[in-house]
Amino acid sequence: MSGITVNTKINGDPVEFICDADETLLDVLRNRLGLTGAKEGCSTGDCGACSVTIDGRLTCSCLVLGAEAEGHNIGTIEGMANGEELHPLQKKFIEHAALQCGICTPGFLIAAKSLLDKNPDPTESEIRFGLAGNLCRCTGYDKIVRAVQDVAKGMRNNKAKRA
Amino acid sequence: MPLDNAPDSKRKFNVVGTRPLRPDGIDKVTGRAKFGADASAPGQLVGRILRSPHAHAVIRKIDTSKAEKLAGVKAVITRDDFPDHTDGDAALYDTMYNIMAREKALYEGHAVAAVAATTASIARQALKLIKVDYEILPHVTDVDEAMKPNAPLLHKKMFTDGVDPKPKKPSNVARRFEFGHGDVEEGFKKADIIVERSFKTEATHQGYIEPHAALASMSPDGSADLWCCTQGHYMVRDVCARILGIDISRLRVTQSEIGGGFGGKTTVFIEPVALALSRKANRPVKVVMTRDEVFKATGPTSSTSMDIKIGVTKDGLITAADGTFRYQGGPFAGCSPAEFGAMSAFAQFHLDNVRAIGYDVVCNRPKTISYRAPGAPMANFAVESVIEELAHKLGMAPIDFRIKNAAREGTKSSYGPVYGPIGLGPTLEAAKNHPHFKAPLGPNQGRGMAAGFWFNFGGQSCVSLNIPTDGTITVSVGSPDIGGSRASMCMMVAEELGIGYEHVRAIIADTSSLGHNDVTDGSRTTFATGMACILAARDAIKKLCQRAAATWGIPEDAVTWEKGFAKPAGANAGNFAPLSLKEIAAASPGTGGPIAGHHEFSADGAGVSFATHICDVEIDPETGASKIVRYTVIQDAGKAVHPSYVEGQFQGGAVQGIGWALNEEYIYGKDGRLQNAGFLDYRIPVCSDLPMIDTQILEIPNPGHPYGVRGVGETSIVPPLAAIANAVAAATGVRFTQLPLSPPRVLKGIEDAKAKGKKAA
Repeated sequence: MSGITVNTKINGDPVEFICDADETLLDVLRNRLGLTGAKEGCSTGDCGACSVTIDGRLTCSCLVLGAEAEGHNIGTIEGMANGEELHPLQKKFIEHAALQCGICTPGFLIAAKSLLDKNPDPTESEIRFGLAGNLCRCTGYDKIVRAVQDVAKGMRNNKAKRA
Repeated sequence: MPLDNAPDSKRKFNVVGTRPLRPDGIDKVTGRAKFGADASAPGQLVGRILRSPHAHAVIRKIDTSKAEKLAGVKAVITRDDFPDHTDGDAALYDTMYNIMAREKALYEGHAVAAVAATTASIARQALKLIKVDYEILPHVTDVDEAMKPNAPLLHKKMFTDGVDPKPKKPSNVARRFEFGHGDVEEGFKKADIIVERSFKTEATHQGYIEPHAALASMSPDGSADLWCCTQGHYMVRDVCARILGIDISRLRVTQSEIGGGFGGKTTVFIEPVALALSRKANRPVKVVMTRDEVFKATGPTSSTSMDIKIGVTKDGLITAADGTFRYQGGPFAGCSPAEFGAMSAFAQFHLDNVRAIGYDVVCNRPKTISYRAPGAPMANFAVESVIEELAHKLGMAPIDFRIKNAAREGTKSSYGPVYGPIGLGPTLEAAKNHPHFKAPLGPNQGRGMAAGFWFNFGGQSCVSLNIPTDGTITVSVGSPDIGGSRASMCMMVAEELGIGYEHVRAIIADTSSLGHNDVTDGSRTTFATGMACILAARDAIKKLCQRAAATWGIPEDAVTWEKGFAKPAGANAGNFAPLSLKEIAAASPGTGGPIAGHHEFSADGAGVSFATHICDVEIDPETGASKIVRYTVIQDAGKAVHPSYVEGQFQGGAVQGIGWALNEEYIYGKDGRLQNAGFLDYRIPVCSDLPMIDTQILEIPNPGHPYGVRGVGETSIVPPLAAIANAVAAATGVRFTQLPLSPPRVLKGIEDAKAKGKKAA
């Protein structure tokens, strides 16, 4: 199979890769670029463990071909922390014990960030529907929802302080 | 320094009972944590498995010649690559048969061949080139059908065990179990009211989000390394070595971070296949299952069929309880948890007359494997449904009926042993006093409850604790951390040594670095491996005190350990300034060398566990859809080491139970093929389905653990099925005896009841 050359930005950095026509973006991230933070839980877009953003939009990377990433900005879990500084969602997930096994955690963090970027003041119901595309089998979601609520509250307080 | 194991009820804890951050947290929120599929090796090949499309078929011939010739294919294996080394061990033989079919394919998805190739695409092409000649046989997937005399027979040599005299005719019933005491027939004679009902539940899958993954590297000389996600890497090592016919010590297994297991990763599937492919190709081979393969070929739990009969006096005392529990376990004997189902069914009651009969039945379905409190949730659903019905017939509040008949300290349990201190009564009383219990209900809402039991397990653990010269601690454990156990191990070590949690790091050692540890199952890790950590810390303290004694020139027994310091035991011992752990560690190279603590044992004394759940459900009368609107879990933890993760176990188990009760089921076509092998059609609960799950931790110390710890992981999945069925009955006025309570079933139940009501009117 002849490879396709693809130029993208991943977490802000320019990345060029070669992939086959039948390779998903998830395959490329994991197998060619060593970015294994996105997980394959189902390969059918049902579990959300492979969540990334494409130009800021939440996407299951198992449903996108690697070749389709040409010219787009991809955001993965590896780009969420700012150097040593964890994103507030990452901090609060640990503080609230919002992960048990942790396999779904990268996907949840990407989805939660995407939700809060669009809606910084979500109700519990909006959080629950915003995260309904991500499966977690360990926690029953309670502590995940609480962690997201806590982050949203902190973001609102910071905004209020700045204003 | 007390060395006995009994919990000290007056003990004040410094670390245990607090909520520190988990040590693997940052790795898991940054994507850095390495799970099963995240490892790779230089020169690795991709392994893939060909699976039977038939539920039951003789495998006449497998022609791999075309696949072998495809460029890029480095190895093809079949049953011929697994010569029988099992030496009469029937369970091991069945495990081998399950990972690669032999004479027959016994279920849709049964592995029949495997390939290793340079790319996934070539491996997929190679599978298509393998020609398997099947002779299709009649199949059976329903447990009641499988027990009929004319059912298609899976094994010609299966004669039911546990029946006297042993049957002369083979059947699909592998074994009969019986538990109980007293005389149920006499007990029923004393009853004023008897309720007798039959129940059915469908198979559900553990549903861990991480598919099975293994990276194997095996040399032709028989030495091998294996990386995989498992609940027990020592089990993987032992089973793989025996299947492959190599010395156990030649195989080193390193466990990855594990993306959920819930009992489903307590056996092997792809691991021996990856090793055999690697041996044949003489290159590393990585095998990762697809979700479809996970559903079709790994461990669901049993579907069941049960009959329950319970009798009571007018004043609400149970006089007799009788149950029959038929569990299918897939195609092999001894795999269904029928025994645990029968043992646990009536365990929450104080009964003079009780009998529970279990049947382990084989079917053309995937081999079942443990799922969180294996066997108990279904039996509990049946029994606690009848209990609720009896309470209504008696005109007694169900909670009071349960309290009146609850097992207590000194009760002879339905499965034999006499209970020590148990937490059932307190969980029921706490439920009765809980604000949830008194909260008003809205329209179309109903409230249900149930109490449940799990045995808990101890088992073998081996722990090594090392103290480098800066006085920090590395504790090596061999129990895979499935939900935050490294944090609790560090906490218990810090508690014993009297140092800060931040100075202790726990790692999961590979099988060549530490002695045997049993599988992480039976809610055993925090109890048994945790106790080994405590005892290893005490061993280290003894050695630290020896070094201090030698430094001071006083006898060892004149030194005591207090809050991280060695001190003279009293005024007579001498007047020496206390030596800190840090000081003793720093001096260790000159006082006798490295300081380490060890403990290896088989833990007894895992205290049994009880929980009471309260559930409010709202039914949409138009569609039959159920929504859980409020849910409360009250459970005895003995002693909660890290309360956040104890709550997490309560919540996670409850939600798996909610899925089981409302939606999850294996759906088979007439062709014996699974029709919903994916997360779209096998629907596990999502965030928007659920409310917050309230928890209340009770602490009734387990006398078998120095801090009073009981396992907490499994009990939480036992009561939800019944609690929800009871809530649905309360909301609709209809008693459902079959799970799941999916919208079409509930709607039909409501409509049938309406039609019946009209007829009667």
